[in-house]
Amino acid sequence: METRTLDQVKKGNYITIMQLPSGNIKVQLIRIGISVGDKVFCLERLPGGTIVIQKNRQEIAIGYDLARQITFSAH
Amino acid sequence: MKSEGITVSPTSGDDISPLNQSQSSVRQTVVLAGNPNVGKSLFFNHLSGMYVDVSNFPGTTVSLSKANYKNYEIIDTPGVYGVSSFNDEEKVARDVIVDSDIVLNVVNSLHLERDIFMTMQLLDMGKKVSVLLNFADEVRKQKIKIDSVKLSELLGVPVYETSAVDKKGFEFLDDAIQKARIGHTTKEIDKLLAREPYCSLPRSEALLILEGDEFYANKYNKPNGTADDREMIYVERRNRVNQICAEVEFEDTSKGKFLNLLGRLSINPLTGIPVLIIMLYIMYLFIGDVISQRVVDFTENTIGKNLFEYNLKKYVAEFTPSTISVQIVDENEEVTQQQEFNFPVNLNSDNNLKNEFLEFSSKPGAVTDFNFPNALPRLFFGEFGVVSMTVTYLLFLLLPLVIGFYLAMAVLEDSGYLPRLATMMDRSLTRIGLNGRAVIPILLGFGCVTMATITTRILGTDRERTIATSILQFVIPCSAQLAVIAVLISGAGVASLLIYIFVIFSVLLLISTTLNRFLPGQSSPLLIDLPIMRLPRAGNVFKKTYFRTIGFMKEAALWFLVGALFVGVLEVTGLLYSFQDLLAPVTTNWLKLPKEAANAFVMGVVRRDFGAAGLFSLNLSAMQITVAIITITLFVPCIASFMVMLKERGLKEGLIIWASTWIFAFVIGGIVAQIIV
Ligand SMILES: Nc1nc2c(ncn2[C@@H]2O[C@H](COP(=O)(O)OP(=O)(O)OP(=O)(O)O)[C@@H](O)[C@H]2O)c(=O)[nH]1
Ligand SMILES: [Mg+2]
Repeated sequence: METRTLDQVKKGNYITIMQLPSGNIKVQLIRIGISVGDKVFCLERLPGGTIVIQKNRQEIAIGYDLARQITFSAH
Repeated sequence: MKSEGITVSPTSGDDISPLNQSQSSVRQTVVLAGNPNVGKSLFFNHLSGMYVDVSNFPGTTVSLSKANYKNYEIIDTPGVYGVSSFNDEEKVARDVIVDSDIVLNVVNSLHLERDIFMTMQLLDMGKKVSVLLNFADEVRKQKIKIDSVKLSELLGVPVYETSAVDKKGFEFLDDAIQKARIGHTTKEIDKLLAREPYCSLPRSEALLILEGDEFYANKYNKPNGTADDREMIYVERRNRVNQICAEVEFEDTSKGKFLNLLGRLSINPLTGIPVLIIMLYIMYLFIGDVISQRVVDFTENTIGKNLFEYNLKKYVAEFTPSTISVQIVDENEEVTQQQEFNFPVNLNSDNNLKNEFLEFSSKPGAVTDFNFPNALPRLFFGEFGVVSMTVTYLLFLLLPLVIGFYLAMAVLEDSGYLPRLATMMDRSLTRIGLNGRAVIPILLGFGCVTMATITTRILGTDRERTIATSILQFVIPCSAQLAVIAVLISGAGVASLLIYIFVIFSVLLLISTTLNRFLPGQSSPLLIDLPIMRLPRAGNVFKKTYFRTIGFMKEAALWFLVGALFVGVLEVTGLLYSFQDLLAPVTTNWLKLPKEAANAFVMGVVRRDFGAAGLFSLNLSAMQITVAIITITLFVPCIASFMVMLKERGLKEGLIIWASTWIFAFVIGGIVAQIIV
């Protein structure tokens, strides 16, 4: 199973979050509902690299610079 | 709303009084707390009978509102994802939550996994909590089942199902306040808190220190928890939340499609840009065409000029000398007849002339100009007359336009479109040191720059707030100003519009890229959750428009009077003309405008839209209009937004931005004038 950074995720894929950046941003991600091991769905990948993921009913947009620091593994 | 037992005492702003000192008083504090965009403010409005803004994007409320309800003090807080101090709103919310007696935790039932995380933190803090499971209507619609009895068991606190938009579940609020209690805490955290030095501190503050909060660590002079402690706590809490959610939430997965096509379409540029264009076009049709052409033409000319001003001035002319010129204008705005009437004493001194005047001025297409030679009547009823100008511009020109803008903004705010627009624009905005979230304050700026300046608080870093505030104060025309500009530009044509947009947009890029290059630090990346897309609720849209319009009128009327009086006195004393002569080299040579345009700048210091309004009476060519509106747009922001900026951004930064607007306005306006006029 290969791991890549979230900015490279393909639209329409289910993925598992493998690693989050450390520090404050990690805490913010955990709170909003994204933590290691979560299965999420990639709703959109915009041209600039902004990613929209869906977890359960929640849709979350993540900027390119943040997405680059999150790793995932594809199913 | 409710009648008895409520005394309302609004205290606005951020002055949080330390409540634990006055704990002995009977009044208990009840804090509405929860994630952003879950309905807290709706509950607050209901309990308090007051109005605070309710919109469908995270970060609507940015400061505290307080009111008394029965024996309680109710506090509405900015939405936060947890009790901590990552930004100013979080600090504001954190302090009232720590000091509160009871927390009403509002939860979006659609996002239990996200929201219960904060609930769990409140429980770990040892707060007395009741949970309001809001959005019950959506839960039903989306065929989800939530076992609230089970949830209440697992959390150890009362849980109530509500649907605040439909006013459902408000009847539980008294019960929720009374039955709020301390719930089940996380065991691992209890162990940590049982150790020194935490066991000797109040539980809620101890937990925050353990989670790394510097403010409370300093308060008690204790070392704050390590990053590892905090991470351990958060991961532990997250696991427990996920477990709880798995136990209480059921959904019919075959029906598990929560696609909202329009919402999806508005995110990707390919489809999102057309959606944006269509949306802007509809707004243009509504505001630019229906309101600013038809409605304003009727209110300003038919009611304002022909009915109100004509009769008012005619009445004044009964008591004081006047010279009245009347023009008859045909459909093509060509003057077909013209006559001047001179009444050296007053209207009644010459009955024949009076009748002749009355007859002539009541012909169709008549435009009547009253000229009062005496100072006092001129001050109040003349060209810049305090009474005549204030009423006509304010009530018959600005009011309909401002209502139009506020309506359009309210529809946008309620639809859930704004966070999606933020997502689509994210990448472009990172080029100027912002992230997509900044779209929200900037767009709101087209409604009211003052309000939008406060909303910049939703941005992640100081750096982003400085950039966004500068954009707002330099280049974003507020609704009142846009209104006037729209009317001026509709007379000047498409070329003028294109030049205006091009210049203003270039200045925006210039300012923001410069700031992005030279401001120290880094901007934060986008992390925003997208609320459900839905049809705006008429009730909320009208209520918001109503309150904002009232707010606008209250503020604008005062400043308009002050401004009109100021210019009026200058005019009557002749100072205006000296000032015009003084500025003449700049106005006529550099900006290539008639020297009377200087009035616009005098008024503009008070409010930019008054400044722009001052241009109506001048006879300008299309290109002169372009120069004038560019200069006025870039010119100093209105006094209200200047004050708010000083408060939000500090004296130094505020003054630098303010002073720079003067320079930019004249330099850029002049350069454009030299090229196009
Ligand atoms: N369908 C539905 N919508 C709701 C319900 N409660 C609130 N809303 C909507 O959710 C949005 C947010 O409401 P607010 O009262 O502004 O939420 P808030 O928690 O004060 O938000 P912030 O101030 O941003 O933290 C508005 O568009 C409301 O109309 C509900 O029970 N059902
Ligand atoms: Mg609110």
